[in-house]
Amino acid sequence: MTAPKRDRPWLIRTYSGHSSARASNELYRANLAKGQTGLSVAFDLPTQTGYDADHPLARGEVGKVGVPIAHIDDMSQLFDQIPLAKMNSNLTINATAAWLLALYAATAERQGADPAALQGTTQNDIVKEYLSRGTYVFPPEASLRLITDMVTYTVDAIPKWNPVNICSYHLQEAGATPVQEIAYAMANAVGVLDAVRARDDVPEDALPRIFGRISFFLNAGIRFVEEVCKCRAMTALWDDLGRDRYGIEDPQMRRFRYGVQVNSLGLTEAQPENNVIRIVLESLGVTLSKNARTRSLQLPAWNEALGLPRPWDQQWSLRIQQILAYETDLLEHEDIFEGSKVIEARTRSLQEEALAEMQKVLDMGGVVAAIDNAYMKQRLVESHTARLRAIESGDLKVVGVNAFTETEPSPLTAAGSDSILVVDEGAEREQIERLDAFRSKRNDADVKGAITNLRDVLKNGGNVMPPSIRAAHAGVTTGEWADTLRDLFGEYRAPTGVTASGRAATSATTQAVRARVDAVSEKLGRRLKLLVGKPGLDGHSNGAEQIAVAARDVGMEVVYDGIRLTPEEIAASARDEGVHVIGLSLLSGSHGVLVLDVLKRLADLGLGDIPVVVGGIIPEADASELREAGVQRVYTPKDFDLTRIMGEIVDLVSDAD
Amino acid sequence: MPTDAAPASRGSSGGSSALAARLLAGDRAAVPEALNLVDDTRAPQREQARDLLDTLQRNRESLRGHRVGITGAPGAGKSTLLDALVRNLRPRGRSVGILAIDPSSQRTGGALLGDRFRVRSGANDDGVYLRSMAARDRLGGIADATAASVEILGAVFDYVFVETVGVGQSESEISHGVDTLVFVAQPGAGDSLQFMKAGILELPDVFVVNKADIGAVAERTASELSSGLGLSTPRADGWEAPVLLVSARDGAGVDALVDAVDAHAQHGLESGAREAGRRAGRAHAVCAALAQRYGAYGLERVGGRDALEVRVREAEEESVASLVHRLGQFIEGALTGR
Ligand code: B12
Ligand SMILES: Nc1nc2c(ncn2[C@@H]2O[C@H](COP(=O)(O)OP(=O)(O)O)[C@@H](O)[C@H]2O)c(=O)[nH]1
Ligand SMILES: [Mg+2]
Repeated sequence: MTAPKRDRPWLIRTYSGHSSARASNELYRANLAKGQTGLSVAFDLPTQTGYDADHPLARGEVGKVGVPIAHIDDMSQLFDQIPLAKMNSNLTINATAAWLLALYAATAERQGADPAALQGTTQNDIVKEYLSRGTYVFPPEASLRLITDMVTYTVDAIPKWNPVNICSYHLQEAGATPVQEIAYAMANAVGVLDAVRARDDVPEDALPRIFGRISFFLNAGIRFVEEVCKCRAMTALWDDLGRDRYGIEDPQMRRFRYGVQVNSLGLTEAQPENNVIRIVLESLGVTLSKNARTRSLQLPAWNEALGLPRPWDQQWSLRIQQILAYETDLLEHEDIFEGSKVIEARTRSLQEEALAEMQKVLDMGGVVAAIDNAYMKQRLVESHTARLRAIESGDLKVVGVNAFTETEPSPLTAAGSDSILVVDEGAEREQIERLDAFRSKRNDADVKGAITNLRDVLKNGGNVMPPSIRAAHAGVTTGEWADTLRDLFGEYRAPTGVTASGRAATSATTQAVRARVDAVSEKLGRRLKLLVGKPGLDGHSNGAEQIAVAARDVGMEVVYDGIRLTPEEIAASARDEGVHVIGLSLLSGSHGVLVLDVLKRLADLGLGDIPVVVGGIIPEADASELREAGVQRVYTPKDFDLTRIMGEIVDLVSDAD
Repeated sequence: MPTDAAPASRGSSGGSSALAARLLAGDRAAVPEALNLVDDTRAPQREQARDLLDTLQRNRESLRGHRVGITGAPGAGKSTLLDALVRNLRPRGRSVGILAIDPSSQRTGGALLGDRFRVRSGANDDGVYLRSMAARDRLGGIADATAASVEILGAVFDYVFVETVGVGQSESEISHGVDTLVFVAQPGAGDSLQFMKAGILELPDVFVVNKADIGAVAERTASELSSGLGLSTPRADGWEAPVLLVSARDGAGVDALVDAVDAHAQHGLESGAREAGRRAGRAHAVCAALAQRYGAYGLERVGGRDALEVRVREAEEESVASLVHRLGQFIEGALTGR
């Protein structure tokens, strides 16, 4: 029997990185040996936000959720024995993307690779950072300039590189509906392309090539039939946009190219083994339709809602992809949906609704305006509120969470905290030591010269890439590069999307809680006032936003200022605002250091008796430590009933009074 | 510490007179507790609050802070402008207290107080204090405790800014509580026209057309406003309200705004308008509170608005809160025939 002809599979990747360049390099090589065909680098939060490991804001975050990369030696170490000329690397890096690409290019040079051979992607989409992901640094205009710098630079110098990956992935993770996902991603691409086109250093004939290098990063949720339609709708919209708005004639250049990570927001802490089934189904949504199939796929792991995955957990997900690609007959067929009226109809309706929503954004001045006036962010927060209310009411079923909750004890989690990856506490110290050693051996005059050159070029409107590559060779660090830009461009805070007032939920239970808020407020003499705080570099804002919305809607006064505050700022806000209770939300794993710091600062201000509750990804062992330190309650994703949480907060305040 | 009253609030370290003394000494650490106290609706706390405010009133010479209202439509850029003002004033060593009044949800009583987010420059700086409050109960977007909070901040900070939402009605409400009223207009004709139609062009002391960075539209709005002002009759106090083009975002025009506020403050001090304004504001606040509680009929019991105003003027050493309390009891007595 002759084997049927098969299409080439998508790039098979795993999003990973932790502790140090050396540890991550070992992990990458092990993954490649297991049949992974591309790399996807997760950077730690200090690297993503432009701080070196010894910066005060980096405390507790170094090497936690990704690899720390401070300089060219780190980058070289990360790709040790991995020939960059042959690798396809996805770098999840945004505000500091130009810098990390510079380090990557400089490392390739060291390896003797031809820049023209380099393949890969810098995520580099700041719009979705403001809307969801939270590792932005600079104001929108400056960010857009850096993005277009990279687009115009790579199109000639590193022509196989995808300089920007427009992300709708993170919008779905922040609650977006499919229509919002499509509309805001397309509006975002228009923002980037219009800005590129407006530059005078872009020749007219470069536009088709530039358009052809814009790629996307999509999500795939559990409603996988609709997801098939979403991908088809985006493929069609992109084609239209290329032809009609940008006059791209070559259909090849209008091909919608995208990578995917499947949905994680719906992966549960309860009965976590079920997540594997969810991941498989979600993968179908972006692989079934040949004409709208993903170019690369990375999958989360079964223990997504518990903490970081171990190598074995990631291997399990890698095997899902390999079974799908190599065992099933998926890749043997032409597009299996061609001619399906049902798929066509849903595709068309998504396309139309998305087009209308996109037009709304363009009419208000485009994505930059719709970020600053919070229009898009508010829509996302509203969608997420609707989703959580549906879960709470049972209208949206989540198996193991609000339905079919009876379960045998799971052997997977029997080992407790051993079922996740715990980053060695020594990683931060070791990274600082390496940084010190690196700094002491470099040529200070070269470093100074490179930084001055970087500043001068940027000031004069030049392209960020050449001076950054020079700085990479000279030994400049991530923190120094970012400080130079912060100095020039300033910093930005994106709106929170939580509106001043909202629509109260009307269930009997919420009304009961609202009545108790009234009663307790009367007893307190003032309306119950809650401070929702997000200490540290963690950008996961969903939980904080939804807690703020829930508290507002049961009648509390809520102070919520968005992400990335220092413990000092949070304690000072609590004092100046005269709040009755403080809620901290932390998902990136640095709760140990940061919560204790907030508690200490509150005590120093004489506010030690204000009750503090904490929520997020907090393993049970850590939760009991926090409770011992004085935290009143600890909530995790399994506590999906926001009304119940609100009731408990009211009780706490009532008891504390 | 008096034993007959419940502690003022969390962390209270003394009675209200100790608290007042600390405020008058410019102690920032006393501010949160004082603001909590005047916002408190419980009877013992209200009594303490009256004591505190009476003490401040007796020492009114020491309430040095210049009180500035910042008003305008939602989204006009008031909070962003406050941030720009903080950045402008702090390097000159001037301290700033801010009350940011947010509209609250009528239906639930809840509110997301989001103004801190735009006013970030004061973080980690003891020379800046921001308190957000929800607008409750009263019309006009002004929280019950606003006036008292302004007094407290004025004891400690060089400038007190009060951010309120509104075009129309609420300007007149806030104008009674501040020394200088700044109106922030959005570029675009609608806003300024609506404002002129509302017929309260004479209230603001300074007009700001914000978002000057967007160019021609802002300039057009500014000239519309200027010509609108040119048509109105000159003010009795002789002050001519300037129209300023400002960009809260990039800081352009903020120097001129500070200068205009300072000039109005100076004008107020020299002409006695500030003193007169504060007196009139007290009378207005007392009348408004009593009218709201007891209606026109109630006011008649104490001889009507004019007589009331005279009483307030005579009771120079008494706070608004005490006056409302005392006169309120009197009205209640009259109404129940006692
Ligand atoms: C959605 C999501 C994202 C979104 C965030 C969008 C946003 N604006 O919030 C996106 C895609 C942007 C994202 C990015 C990243 N993520 Co993420 N993300 C998640 C995910 C899938 C869900 C989190 C969530 O929003 N849940 C929904 C909300 C409503 O639930 P919640 O926050 O848990 O809140 C509930 C309770 O915890 C509690 N609660 C939470 N806060 C508070 C506060 C108070 C006061 C109270 C009372 C209660 C409370 O109440 C809520 C109601 O149930 C989790 C895994 C998971 N399934 O939980 C990973 C996860 C949190 N992410 C993770 C990581 C590593 C990242 C990245 C850092 C990766 C990287 N290296 O770049 C990035 C960068 C983010 C950043 N800037 O910090 C890790 C963290 C690992 C760890 N702790 O050790 C997780 C656990 C995934 C994993 N297993 O690896 N992520
Ligand atoms: N272009 C521009 N936008 C501004 C300026 N000032 C504020 N904004 C924007 O206007 C919106 C509303 O600002 P905000 O200060 O919250 O307004 P407020 O509701 O009046 O307090 C935000 O999107 C601001 O970024 C400015 O000077 N120029
Ligand atoms: Mg405001």
